[in-house]
Amino acid sequence: MNGPIVEIAGRGLPLRGEDVDTDRIMPARFLRAVSFDGLERHLFEDDRATDPRHPFGDPRYASAAVLVVNRNFGCGSSREHAPQGLVRAGIRAIVGESFSEIFRGNAAMLGLPCFTSDRGSIEALQALVERAPETTITARVDTGTVTAGELRLPIALPPALTEAFLSGQWNPTAMLLDRFEEVRAVAARLPYFDWQG
Amino acid sequence: MPETLFHKVWNRHAVRTLASGQTQLLVGLHLVHEVTSPQAFDMLRQHGWHVAFPERTFATVDHITPTDTRRRPFLDLMAEEMTTALERNCREFGIRLCGPGSDDQGIVHVIGPELGLTQPGMTIACGDSHTSTHGALGAIAFGIGTSQVRDVLAAQSLALEPMKVRRIDVNGRLAPGVYAKDVILTIIRRLGVQGGVGYAYEYGGTTIDAMTIDERMTICNMSIEGGARVGYVNPDDTTFAYLRGRRFAPAGAAFDRAVAWWRSLASDPDAPYDDRVVVDAAAIEPTVTWGINPGQSVAIDEPLPDGSSGRPDREAIAEALTFMGLEAGAPITGTRVDVAFIGSCTNGRVSDLEEAARVVRGRKVAPHVKAIVVPGSREVGREAERRGLADVFRSAGFEWRGAGCSMCLGMNTDRLEGRQLCASSSNRNFKGRQGSPTGRTLLMSPAMVAAAAVAGEVVDVRRMLAGGRA
Repeated sequence: MNGPIVEIAGRGLPLRGEDVDTDRIMPARFLRAVSFDGLERHLFEDDRATDPRHPFGDPRYASAAVLVVNRNFGCGSSREHAPQGLVRAGIRAIVGESFSEIFRGNAAMLGLPCFTSDRGSIEALQALVERAPETTITARVDTGTVTAGELRLPIALPPALTEAFLSGQWNPTAMLLDRFEEVRAVAARLPYFDWQG
Repeated sequence: MPETLFHKVWNRHAVRTLASGQTQLLVGLHLVHEVTSPQAFDMLRQHGWHVAFPERTFATVDHITPTDTRRRPFLDLMAEEMTTALERNCREFGIRLCGPGSDDQGIVHVIGPELGLTQPGMTIACGDSHTSTHGALGAIAFGIGTSQVRDVLAAQSLALEPMKVRRIDVNGRLAPGVYAKDVILTIIRRLGVQGGVGYAYEYGGTTIDAMTIDERMTICNMSIEGGARVGYVNPDDTTFAYLRGRRFAPAGAAFDRAVAWWRSLASDPDAPYDDRVVVDAAAIEPTVTWGINPGQSVAIDEPLPDGSSGRPDREAIAEALTFMGLEAGAPITGTRVDVAFIGSCTNGRVSDLEEAARVVRGRKVAPHVKAIVVPGSREVGREAERRGLADVFRSAGFEWRGAGCSMCLGMNTDRLEGRQLCASSSNRNFKGRQGSPTGRTLLMSPAMVAAAAVAGEVVDVRRMLAGGRA
């Protein structure tokens, strides 16, 4: 399922707020399952229950592909169920001020790039989507830009993730298994793999 | 060239640089539990992969495990299904499992160190963000997602980028009634819940040097709450004494060889750091969270912040106070609690129960409070029984449970109900964290939870330790 990811284009979904943790994105009771199937139905379930105007319950954003968030999105628990739910709901890129490292790594493994941008750019993008939800947002991995209507803004990924998405190597298992003898060689040099040896 | 432990360990585990520029990093110990692994094993089966190093892989059940019974099949059908799935996966792939029937079962971050699986200089990965706990023994340990669990199972390695290292020196003596939990809550408050993104936290200084491994685990455990995926303490004589004689630790002459290697991995005195922070231990007081992330805390005698002032975080303060039903400027003491929870990978070890029992002894849980103690492992539970701590809790009116994650994240049947407010020794006060969407959590030390259970409201534990009446 690996393939190069160069450009993501689609409607936006603005989700305002800082430090949105993965317990809120996917409450723990939905981790009570042996598969990821159906998680998209439970995204922000508790937040939606208490906020009738929650963006994830707003029909204007129902077909969105680009989620626009603020600082430290995805903090807390390492549960991959959070990005799994987002991907299954059709989200194909996230643009935000910053991300938790574990979340960003988990998302990358699913082919979901988490781009960062400055506060002003994010604010402009969120405001635009709220005003005109039908606007197509186009995020490009190669040029590091996002365009939406009249907006053209800089976005960034860590260099290694840029490379991984462009080359289609974002799901790295095959690469890690390639030249596996080198893994064994490093293990053999570490005394703790066999203390008594 | 002087180096930090982080760089020494990283370099010794680096397999190669991948085309992307990421490092392929060997994982020395892979810890597995029932909640974040079933999909990973399924992916292995789909691709026909096997587990590369089953002898470096260790599994237990903790997240969904019932704490009121060990009788199978569990009445909680999902707990039964997920437990059965892990048992089947471990059998099929040749992985050791401390299942619900095992005397070694417990929270993965409690049993790893307890069994001597966790050792200095290792890289340790687990599908749980509190894997940073193991850094207390001088390991580089971090949480991963399920696709990465698959990669570690299949290839014993991960594609990662190195982190920066922030040295956090905590110096001086902690006052009586002030604990490791208060230290880490203070650090997170000061550096922020996002302050550690991109960093490994190296904890040191005279306060950390004087701490036991249990205390260091409490500190390292919550690194992730400050945004740091990794937290560690350099291995020292305290570390080596802790490991000697543990079941999976090296023994005899191998132990001495191991100590020499472990010592060599500690950060060099003049190692370069990307950032440095100094914390004065003497200024730390019992600390309690009042909000919806672990950085939102106050010292026990400090008023709650005022969200209407000109602070840049005023919206976040207002949102948190509204959710919590607390008032700006009010004291945190006197806040009525409905539930008291002592346990979790943060504070579910014997020394935590000792400190809580000191407060509870000779007192009773307030009539309106539901109070439970959930030992971090079966061994913690047995040791607490031997020391008479379990009796102290039971006779005070606490429920005494079996080992597991329990009410820290409400994945089993131990959950808050409605808007209940819980004094908790766990690590996260996120909205809905303890299993009720509107439930509320105040994080604090186990001794402070014990004090709140007895008083029925948030109190300064120092008053009780000094012999005062609540």
